[in-house]
Amino acid sequence: MSESPNNAGWISRLLAAPKNSLAKTLLVPLIVSLLSAVLVAGAAISLRPQYQLNQEHNRQQNILAAADLLESGKSTEVLFGQVEARVVDLSTGDYATDIDLAMLESAQRSRDPSMRVSVPKELDAAVIKERSRYAVVYLLYETDRLKLIILPVYGYGLWSTMYGYVALEADANTIVGLRFYQHGETPGLGGEIDNPKWQKLWRGKKIYGTSAEPLIEVAKGIVARANDGSDAYQVDGITGATLTGHGVTNLLRYWLGAHGFGPFLQKLRANDETIQ
Amino acid sequence: MKPESKAAILDPLINENPITFQILGLCSALAVTTSMMPALLMSLAVTAVLAFGSAVISAIRNYIPDNVRIVVQMTIIASLVIVVDQVLKAYAFETSKQLSVFVGLIVTNCIVLGRVETFAMKNKVVPSFLDGLGNGLGYSLALMSIAAIRELLGAGSLFGFTILPTVSEGGWYYPNGMMILPPGVYFIIGLMIWAIRTWRVEQVEQPEFRIRHVHRTQVSS
Repeated sequence: MSESPNNAGWISRLLAAPKNSLAKTLLVPLIVSLLSAVLVAGAAISLRPQYQLNQEHNRQQNILAAADLLESGKSTEVLFGQVEARVVDLSTGDYATDIDLAMLESAQRSRDPSMRVSVPKELDAAVIKERSRYAVVYLLYETDRLKLIILPVYGYGLWSTMYGYVALEADANTIVGLRFYQHGETPGLGGEIDNPKWQKLWRGKKIYGTSAEPLIEVAKGIVARANDGSDAYQVDGITGATLTGHGVTNLLRYWLGAHGFGPFLQKLRANDETIQ
Repeated sequence: MKPESKAAILDPLINENPITFQILGLCSALAVTTSMMPALLMSLAVTAVLAFGSAVISAIRNYIPDNVRIVVQMTIIASLVIVVDQVLKAYAFETSKQLSVFVGLIVTNCIVLGRVETFAMKNKVVPSFLDGLGNGLGYSLALMSIAAIRELLGAGSLFGFTILPTVSEGGWYYPNGMMILPPGVYFIIGLMIWAIRTWRVEQVEQPEFRIRHVHRTQVSS
């Protein structure tokens, strides 16, 4: 019982101290900071569920946008219902039958080390250091024939890790679209990767030449018309966003390469019915 | 309503408008006014931060040591901005993506610190709140007017609804691309200031000094 009047005495002594005393100079900013921290943390926690809902909605919308499936007047949920999510084992390129979506999600949230592989430095174009052993791909079938393949990709740009989706046609070689749903690149420069005009340039670009190595890249400046057809693998760079462009090239080369979705896409391209 | 309170809210609308009279907060006015929806959201965010920031700082103004007053003010303003940013991300996700960094940059908006330093630190809570609210509304009025002109002339629409059907959509209106680009804002703000100062002549500032013309003969003598 003796503590509370003691406390009150301490507070009232502080309040009564001269405005510019040393005690006030030190303690007032400290107390204000603590109260502000409580306010910010409270707001963050109470608003998080709603924010996560928005982010999930945004992610689904980007998957649909990458695949050019958005239709006005239809809700994202309905449209998203037509694509089928499958878990792929990246090392073999087969569908993972023993792991379902919910398991993978919880493992990714807890960063379960047994579900992750480190990326060898010489292969790590996207600068991600490690990745999940499995990835969720989205497939669209039309009358039982595969029509679209949508793959999650991410990697480092200039400032931030850029998360996005790339949609491919059933030949697993032609790009339909590329969207980033989360990044922290400079608005107006690197942030122009969200510009619809630039996004449109990806349509119809090819990924692979004759080898298994992806050739797709963001060019420096405007792609020159080439007689050897190499311009089919190049997309115009964005002015003032050279490094973000390198980041986009690198992450696509990694995720479409041998250590990413390469094996899976190869099996799809070979139209391999043995894919499990 | 008391005449002072009325003045605190109404004066910043035209007479002491933060944008056209105090010439503060132009960077955000430039960035978020290409269309009306983000401008509206930005207006609400700045008004909320101004009003509540002024009130809170005014409430503790007698306990803030002079040496660290900016630290204390910025802590409170920054916290309010983070809270506003989170509310926008939760309830206006699409538009908040367009605003990107500019909500966070309200922290450095000169109007906020300007009003806190010049008004809230010297006045009681209610007048400070009203002063913040009034300046927020003045900023909003300027922002919405600029955004209305830019969106209408630059994209032929208001709040996304087509008013002037553009050529690219099969209409007749050739949109003025300059309105969407940053220089357009300065033309609009410049013209607005000109118009207001022609109407309210008392806003025209007297030159601080005049260059005196000295005749060559006077110098040599």
